[in-house]
Parts: sequence; C-alpha cells; structure tokens
Amino acid sequence: MRRKITVKTITLLLLLVSFVTYGQEEHGHSDSGSDRKSEVKAYIQHHLKDSYDFNLFSWTSDSGEEKHFGFPLPVILWDGGLKVFSSSKFHHGESVAEVDGNYYKVYHSKIYKTDAEGTIKYDEEHHATNEKPLDFSITKNVLMIMMVFAIMFFMFSRMAKSYKKNGGLPKGTGRFLEPIVLYVRDEIARPNIGEKHYKRYMSYLLTVFFFVWIVNLFGLTPIGMNVTNNIAVTLCLALITYLITTFSGNKNYWKHIFWMPGVPVPMKIILAPIELLGTIIKPFALMIRLYANITAGHVVLMSIIGMVFLFQNWLGSGLSFMLAFVLAILELLVAALQAYIFTVLSALYFGMAVEEHDDH
Amino acid sequence: MEIPAIVGAGLVVIGAGIGIGRIGGSAMEAIARQPEATGKIQTAMLIAAALIEGIGFAALFAVN
Repeated sequence: MRRKITVKTITLLLLLVSFVTYGQEEHGHSDSGSDRKSEVKAYIQHHLKDSYDFNLFSWTSDSGEEKHFGFPLPVILWDGGLKVFSSSKFHHGESVAEVDGNYYKVYHSKIYKTDAEGTIKYDEEHHATNEKPLDFSITKNVLMIMMVFAIMFFMFSRMAKSYKKNGGLPKGTGRFLEPIVLYVRDEIARPNIGEKHYKRYMSYLLTVFFFVWIVNLFGLTPIGMNVTNNIAVTLCLALITYLITTFSGNKNYWKHIFWMPGVPVPMKIILAPIELLGTIIKPFALMIRLYANITAGHVVLMSIIGMVFLFQNWLGSGLSFMLAFVLAILELLVAALQAYIFTVLSALYFGMAVEEHDDH
Repeated sequence: MEIPAIVGAGLVVIGAGIGIGRIGGSAMEAIARQPEATGKIQTAMLIAAALIEGIGFAALFAVN
C-alpha cells in the first residue's frame, strides 16, 4: 500500500514538473520572431550538451533577467591538488569562479583556467588555448548514470529477493520484467552465442540492455537529461563489449583473423590487416550507432517542439504538436530498439569469439 | 566543411536508404510467404538494417 502511494506521488510530481515547465515557456511572447528562433536553437544546443548544474528549466523574466530553476552539482577538479566546489560559483557559466587563488571559467561546457577577469585566449581556428584542469566533476550525465545505477540495483536486487521468497514465481515488477529477461536469454543470447557459453555473458547482456533502455527512456522525460547522446558514454559501453570480445576470443577466433583458413596464402596476407581492423570497427560502429540515433532523435523532436513556439498560430502550432506527439511515441520505440540492437550485436560479437569450428 | 564531402555523405546516405529499403521490402515478402517465421525474419532484418545504418551515420560524422 505504502509503495503504491509513493509511486503515485512520484508520478504526480513528474507531471507537475512538466506542467510547470510548459507553463513557464509561455513567457517569452514579447520577443520578435528571429530572436525566438535563435533562442530555440540555443535551447536545443544546450539540451544536447552536458552541464555542470542541474537545470530543470529557465526563462527570461519581463525585466530581461534570466531565471534558472534547478540545483548546482559539485565540481571536482585536479589542478595541482584536489579542488572541490559547487557549480553555483559559475552562475550558469556567466561568471568566473575563484578557488584557492585560482580562477576557472566555463566556456562551451568545458572548464578552463583563466585570470581574474576570465579572459579566454584563442588560436587561429578560434579554439580556446587556456589550460584545462583535469575534470572529475559530477555533471548532469554522471548524476543520471548514478541514478540509473541506483534504480537498477534496487529494482533487480528486490526482484531477486522476491523470487527467492516466492519459490521462483514472479511478483510485482518481476511480472513485467521476466518476459524481457527471458527474451534476452532465449532470443538474443542463446541463438547468437550458443548453448555452451551463453551463461557467462548473460549478466553483461542484461545489464547493458536495461541500462541503455532506462537511460534512453529518462532522456524522453521532461527532466531533460540524455546520457546516451554523450559520445563518451557510448564509447565506454562499446569499449566494454570490445574488451569482453577480445579476452574471450578462442584459438579459432584469432586464427580466423590472422590466418584465415581455406583461402590462398596471398589472400591470407591481405585479409589479416582487414580482419584486424574489423575487430575495432565493429565496436566503433556500436558507439556511433547508439550516439547518433539518440542525438538525431532528440534534435528532430526538439526542433518540432520548438516549431510550436515559432508558428504562433493555431494551425501551425497544432500540427507541430501532433507531429511532436507522434515522434515522441516513435522515440519510445527507438529507445527500446537501440538497447535491443546494442545487445544483439554484442551477443553476436561474443558468439564469434567463442564459436568452435568443427567443420573445417 | 567542403562541398565534395557533403556530396559524398549524401551519396552514402542515399545508398544506405536504398539498402535499408531493400531489406525491409525483402523481409515483408518473406513474412508474407512464411508468416510463422515472422520473429526470426524480423530479428535478422533489424540486425542487417542496423549494420547499414551504422555506415550512414559514419558518413554523416565524417562530414561533421
């Protein structure tokens, strides 16, 4: 009973947050058209980037003052010593933060070391040449990853306990998630990896499937975070797949890369570097695919939501709203599909690594 | 960003589009012929489409 109430409260809160967000966006009506266009563009670009503070929504008040609603996150820097301070010192990237006699400024979502006035020096290609301290900050994306980690940990450990208590029968969330877990096992792992080895890889496949799925779903909520359109995150996921594939590769796997059986010797020499390159290209494609799909989806969706505010008439805005609604549903599908594709391809690569060739 | 690069990326995307279209069409035919194998055909179709899609995105990133 208590849990039901908690779930209801959280749902209600989320709904309220979304209403407040939409309510606030009504404000900028007095601006001219081109101004609003650049504002929408800046908003989309801002949404795609990681940030040092958790900004739920922001608006410009009637007096032209920018208001932000959210909370700051800790900034952790290594710059000749550990520097920990709150990101509220940056004032949403507008001012220079002073810590122990050093000055830092946020420029294009990166922290640079500056002088007291916060001057950024540029080279010919307009890249900042200031010194960059090592950055271990808990940014919005890091916070989101931690949150998904916590959600998954509690959800699945509770599920495991309830299975133990009920003698292997699903209960609660287990009823919803059991078919998905079984699907990953029976339709993804078993056919691609093989009956003999699939058990070893189940934990990774399930983890990566649910992580990508939950993270993608959170990207569609009005909290406005998306982790998988950060290429560093997908790089790490792909790197884990690559490492597991490489370290579980058996004799046959390496033989097929360096000395392909059944082809003439000159071809073997040509094929070896191509195959070796292929082992790197495969996880690289995994990384790009997830990153690009989610980024493209978010850009399109947010542009169409932005069109609602650009049209400013019933017909255009109404049509944009309908289109955004349909696209949001499509994005729900894409969120699950990308998780599925990532898992299937990982399983496929593991399968290649452990395959045993008796035939030739 | 140079014009040949953009044109090249456009060609790659056209190629990827044709490829995914052919996969989808063939999968439809296969499902119509053997509706009981729908699940297996869909899985194979998605994997093949995802692989081609990767190439399309790679081209777009080469331009970026």
